[in-house]
Amino acid sequence: MKVTVTVNGTDSARDVEPRLLLIHFLRDELGLTGSHWGCDTSNCGSCVVWLDETPVKACTVLAAMADGRSVRTVEDLAKNGQLDPVQQGFIECHGLQCGFCTPGMMMTARWLLDRNPDPAEAEIREVLSGLLCRCTGYENIVRSVRWAAEHAEDTAK
Amino acid sequence: MTTGYGRMLRKEDQRFVRGMGTYVGDVYLPGMLYGAVLRSPHPHARIVSIDTVAAEAHPKVRAVITGHTLKGRNLAWMPTLSGDRQAVLATDKVRFQGQEVAFVVAEDHYAARDALELIDVEYEPLPAVADARRALDPGAPLVRDDIKDSNHIFDWESGDAERTDQVFRDAEVTVSQDMLYPRVHPAPLETCGIVADFNQVSGKLTVWATSQAPHAHRTLYSMVAGLPEHKIRVISPDIGGGFGNKVPIYPGYLCAITGSMITGRPVKWMEDRSENLMSTCFARDFHMRGELAASRDGTIRAVRVTVLADHGAFNGAAQPTKYPAGFFGVFTGSYDLEAAHCQVTAVYTNKAPGGVAYSCSFRITEAVYLVERMVDVLAFELNIDPAELRMRNLLRPEQFPYTCQTGWTYDSGDYPRTLRLAMDMAGYEDLRKEQEAERARGHLTGIGVSFFTEAVGAGPRKHMDILGIGMADGVELRVHPTGTAVLRISVQTQGQGHETTFAQIVASELGLAPDDVEVVHGDTDQTPFGLGTYGSRSTPVSGAATAIVARKVRERARIVAAAMLEADPDDLVWDQGRWFVKGDPDSGKTIAEIAWAAHSNLELPDGIEGQLDATCVYNPPNLTYPFGAYICVVDVDPGTGKVDVRRFIAVDDCGVRINPMIVEGQVHGGLADGIGMALMESIAFDADGNCLGGSFMDYLLPTSLECPSWELGATVTPSPHHPIGAKGVGESATVGSPPAVVNAVIDALRPYGVRHADMPLTPAQVWRAIQGRPFRTDLAIS
Repeated sequence: MKVTVTVNGTDSARDVEPRLLLIHFLRDELGLTGSHWGCDTSNCGSCVVWLDETPVKACTVLAAMADGRSVRTVEDLAKNGQLDPVQQGFIECHGLQCGFCTPGMMMTARWLLDRNPDPAEAEIREVLSGLLCRCTGYENIVRSVRWAAEHAEDTAK
Repeated sequence: MTTGYGRMLRKEDQRFVRGMGTYVGDVYLPGMLYGAVLRSPHPHARIVSIDTVAAEAHPKVRAVITGHTLKGRNLAWMPTLSGDRQAVLATDKVRFQGQEVAFVVAEDHYAARDALELIDVEYEPLPAVADARRALDPGAPLVRDDIKDSNHIFDWESGDAERTDQVFRDAEVTVSQDMLYPRVHPAPLETCGIVADFNQVSGKLTVWATSQAPHAHRTLYSMVAGLPEHKIRVISPDIGGGFGNKVPIYPGYLCAITGSMITGRPVKWMEDRSENLMSTCFARDFHMRGELAASRDGTIRAVRVTVLADHGAFNGAAQPTKYPAGFFGVFTGSYDLEAAHCQVTAVYTNKAPGGVAYSCSFRITEAVYLVERMVDVLAFELNIDPAELRMRNLLRPEQFPYTCQTGWTYDSGDYPRTLRLAMDMAGYEDLRKEQEAERARGHLTGIGVSFFTEAVGAGPRKHMDILGIGMADGVELRVHPTGTAVLRISVQTQGQGHETTFAQIVASELGLAPDDVEVVHGDTDQTPFGLGTYGSRSTPVSGAATAIVARKVRERARIVAAAMLEADPDDLVWDQGRWFVKGDPDSGKTIAEIAWAAHSNLELPDGIEGQLDATCVYNPPNLTYPFGAYICVVDVDPGTGKVDVRRFIAVDDCGVRINPMIVEGQVHGGLADGIGMALMESIAFDADGNCLGGSFMDYLLPTSLECPSWELGATVTPSPHHPIGAKGVGESATVGSPPAVVNAVIDALRPYGVRHADMPLTPAQVWRAIQGRPFRTDLAIS
């Protein structure tokens, strides 16, 4: 079937199998490998992207379900070469180690900050609780998001 | 310009935050095919027949490989890292649920999965042995009838049995406790996988693999596949977490390589999460009985341990040859004992093969859990505060270097200082008062203490090898004419930040900026040989090699600088990143200046080659012994058994810290691991051998909500034998934290008289412990 998805602002049309998952569409069809696949069961969140304005786990969304809608991935966070404060925050606060969960964490954090520019630690932990990280013990991820909140003026628009 | 040690942001982060890392799954080659593995649904069954005709007829399938195909290439079996053999694809029977039976190569991975459904395997199910405690019973189902007539793998002992028994006979007090360290899984977020590309013209095999040990893998591929080693290149690109899971070679890797050889095209195989949890290297599965002998005043005199180790269907544990039970021999812990003895028996069961993995420092995790749980059992019996009991028995600073009763020589330590700092940070005495008040109100608060000593940085080549390959690591350092440098290391990172910390070591030794040092790793054609990153060995072994090779470069630079300054090399002094004539610092030459001169037409003394490049192979004289004191505070809901970790205080001493930010990050991750293992994680089986932990729906991992905000502290006791005084730290928190959490939960349950309950302390397990009916966590209750 033919699907057209606006990915990071660009329309991408492909002829795909109806069963193709969004994560495979992004990675295998479009070459956007920043979003990762980690578990199959919506537990780990390595595959989180935005579908329209909402973070989704792309391993449990069909590419067909994204037809006519827009998707935003980690590759779209930096604008004109300038990092989003969330990205800079992860660097500043050592919010990543192996980097595998990082894109999903950052996309979720960006969504949170767009709705609440000044979230408390408890809210950050709540929002990130659907994503797994095996390296950081979450502490520095929470700090990274706080860093981004405190440096919102640097937001790349 | 930053030089030397200290907090430095990581170089590697720039690509990761942009989604521009290159993990194995991100490698796409022209004409690449995709592989998928057909796995056994049975824990134990004879294979009657395998019919692949329908799969081969699938229009997108390019090859179907079975054990029979591999047999023709002498690849049906492969050696394990413990000298056993493991079926690549089963030929005679399947021995665990999820075992590899066939491999399909197709144009895309959806088609490969479809074709698996078309393979018809006829099995004759056999009774399975899932309970290690039944494995040696007469008449128990025989797992390895291909090589043995029993399920027994090895017996191993350490320490002095006679002397230990004597102390136990004389002791005023003895305590004994059975405990299980359940089977757990490292579960890195990136599963294991490979892209194999065999070039039929050049005969060269290139693989991109999730490997923590690319050089060792290259050698093993050569031995197994019969390819000359120089025609094999193993690339470990960015790795999405390892934790020991990516040390072994898995059947899927060899299948993908075979698939590439057969089709002449590159083959990618990435396992899915269930395959990862059900078939790749698990950890622990140690059934232990611990005993302590002590005096009434709380002086611990001896420890005695018996262990039944479940190694699954193939003995695939990754550890130095002489140590079949890993480094469990350091079960004497952090205490000054009169005697110690342990006896370990390992058995085969119809469960996934492997063992050791998961940030365990070669089974020191099990050893530390055993001794730290036993100290709390003794404290319980003697009614002595567990922190106080530890303080009374810890090794004293003046006893170092200390050789323990099982022969391990601890290099350095000041244990009481570290424990005291943790207690001060926790406000220990106040916490105890608060706990008493809360108990009076019916609240269950628990305070758990653990003190661990690790032995990491394997290891001295004389004693430590894997399949005959000594555990030394090479390094090369090149200084370019304009004064920037390239360091090539044998170890590689799975998130540890080598590109940053190893640059910091070189920068510190040579007075360069860390940004002027490029670290190359994870490619066997680009780096010198070494055994890889696991067992917290990168800093103790390759970090030492890096410091030494930088000092070699510095000495070569001294000769050149002397020629530049028309002085005697012996008259030169190195300080602040420059060689200068004693008493004349203004005339000094930097490494960059010297590098240019070393490549120039400057006349050098006879026998001096010019250039500054150097190499080194580091064979460590001893392991390094990091240690730490951990305190955990939990609240337990008596109605549901749910445990909340309220606080966690961790004081680590890993000697000199190259980059404290990275050290703390590693400790954070290990603490979360500890909470996971103590409270949530277990790969359980039913009585028939069916795996009950095959997805993240069943194998639970801690999230941001289960983890508290960690409170870290540090003491610094340099390693006396390491060139920069550093010790390993990557696994310290994983090793040290589980007993702190468990001790805290058991402490909370004190009003109920609970002395022990096995991990994972799920709400159900805690609730049943409260009812006086703790249950086994490794088998499902029928």
